[in-house]
Amino acid sequence: MNAHKNTEPVLCVQGLRKDYGELRAVNGISFEVGPNEVVGLLGLNGAGKTTTISMILGVLEPTAGSIRIDGLDLAHHRSRALASTGFAAVYAPLPGNLTVYQNLRIFALLYSVKDFPKRAEEVLEEFDLKKFRDEKCGVLSSGEQTRVGLAKAMLNRPRLLLLDEPTASIDPASARDIRKTIRDFSQTKGVGVLWTSHNMYEVEEVCDRVMFLSQGEIILEGDPKALPAQYGKRTLEDLFVSVAREPMGMGDLEA
Amino acid sequence: MKLSRMLAIPLRQYYLYKGSTARVVPLLGWVTIDMVLWGFMTRFLSGLGQTQYRFVPALLGAVLFWDFMTRVMFGVTTAFFEDVWSRNFLNVFSSPITVAEYLCGLVTTSIGTSLVALAAMVVVATAAFGLSFAPYGLMLAPFVMVLFLFGIALGIAAIAIVLRLGPAAEWFVWPIPALMAPFCAVYYPVTTLPVAFRWIALLLPPSYVFEGMRAVVSGQDFHGAELVTAFALALVYILLAYWIFSRVFRHALRTGLLARYSAETLN
Repeated sequence: MNAHKNTEPVLCVQGLRKDYGELRAVNGISFEVGPNEVVGLLGLNGAGKTTTISMILGVLEPTAGSIRIDGLDLAHHRSRALASTGFAAVYAPLPGNLTVYQNLRIFALLYSVKDFPKRAEEVLEEFDLKKFRDEKCGVLSSGEQTRVGLAKAMLNRPRLLLLDEPTASIDPASARDIRKTIRDFSQTKGVGVLWTSHNMYEVEEVCDRVMFLSQGEIILEGDPKALPAQYGKRTLEDLFVSVAREPMGMGDLEA
Repeated sequence: MKLSRMLAIPLRQYYLYKGSTARVVPLLGWVTIDMVLWGFMTRFLSGLGQTQYRFVPALLGAVLFWDFMTRVMFGVTTAFFEDVWSRNFLNVFSSPITVAEYLCGLVTTSIGTSLVALAAMVVVATAAFGLSFAPYGLMLAPFVMVLFLFGIALGIAAIAIVLRLGPAAEWFVWPIPALMAPFCAVYYPVTTLPVAFRWIALLLPPSYVFEGMRAVVSGQDFHGAELVTAFALALVYILLAYWIFSRVFRHALRTGLLARYSAETLN
C-alpha cells in the first residue's frame, strides 16, 4: 500500500506529551506518517486523538516532544510547516456568514495559494460544490458544510492532511465519494493523511495503517485488515470494543 | 510578515460588510447620531451668550475626534469578534498566519472602517452644523495620529481580555471608551478634574490631544513637547498591548484555550 516507504515522512511525531495540570492527556507518543499513506488514529472519546491533532496543528503547545511536518520542526518553523498542512473537522466549520467562494478566497490568502481561481474551481468540482459557490455556508446542510471544509483543507495542495472525523455528518454515498477522493489525492500527490474516525468500516477501507490510542498512549498499531485476526477478533470493530473495554489488557491478547 | 496572510482579515471584513446591511448601519448610524445630538447641543450652548468660546469646533470637533478614536478601537475588536462569533479560531490559527500578521490584519481593517466613520461624521458635522477644519489644516494631523495609535492600543488590549477570559468578556469591551472619557478631557479641560484624578489624565494620550486642540481652536499656544509626550505614551501603550496580547495568546496555546475557544466563559 505504501508506495513511498523509503522517502522522508511528511509527519514525524517524537515523544509527544501534553499535561493539563495533573492530567496527562497524551503520554509521550511517537509515530510517523509517510507520503501516500493514510493513517487512522482511533480511540474512545477522550483518548487523546483531538489533543494530538491540535498539537500537530500548532494550536496547542506540547508539554514535551517534537513535531516535524515535511521535515520542518513545528516549534521553530510554524508558518512554513503549517503552509503544507490541510485540516478539516466536523467541529470546525467555516464561517457561515460568508459564501463558499469567499471562504475559499480568504483561506487561499492565509495559505498563500498562488493560482487561486483555477484551484478554487478544481476543489469545487472535486467536492461537488459548484452549485453552492455563491451560497453562504451557514445555509448549507451539515454534510455540505463538511465538504466545504474538506475543499478548504485541500486548497493549498497539502503534504499533510489532518482529518478529524471528516465524514461524520455525511450520507453514505457522499462519504464513499469523499473517501475515494482523499485516497486518490493521497496516492497520486504523495500526501500523508492522519484520519480519525469512529466508523471502523471506513477506517478499514481507507487506512493503510491504524493506531489505537488509549489514555494518551498508542497501545496497538498495524494494518487494519490484518490486525483483527492477529488479536483473535473477527472485525476491526470487535477489536476496537476490546481495546475500549480493556485497554490495559491488550498485552494479554496474543498476536 | 506576509502581506497576503495579513490581507485575509480585511478582505473577510469587506465581504461581511458587503453582504450585511446590519453591519453597515451601525458603522455609520452611531456616529451620525452622535454628530446630530452634539451638533444641537453646541448650537444651544452657542446661543447662551458666551460668545468668546467657540463651541462648534471646540466641543463638536472634540466629540468627532473622540468618536474617531472609539471607532478605531472598535474596528480592531469587531474584526476580532467576527472570529469569536463564527468560532473560527481553529481554522484561522491552524493556518500559517502569525500573531503579528493577524494583529496587522485587524489594524488594517480598523483603518478602513474608522476612515469611513470619520468621513460620515465630517460630512454631517460640516453640512448640518458648519464645522470646518480648514482654518487649522494639517495642524490637526498629529492629534488625529495620536488618537489613532491610542485607539489601536485599546483595541489590542481589549481583544487580549476577551481571548483570556472567553467570549462572554466581550461585554467588558464596549464600555471601555465611556469609562475612559471622563479622564481624557474630551469635553472639558484637565483642570476641571479633581486634583486626585489629574494624574490619570496625564497618563492618557487623548488628554494631551484634546487640551492641545482646544488651545489651537482658541488661538492659544500649544507646546510641542506635550504632543511628543502624547505620541510617546501612545507608542508605549501599543507596545504594551502587543506584549499583553502575545502573552495571552501563548497562554491560550499552552492551556488549549485556542483549540476549544467556544465556551461561554473560561477562567
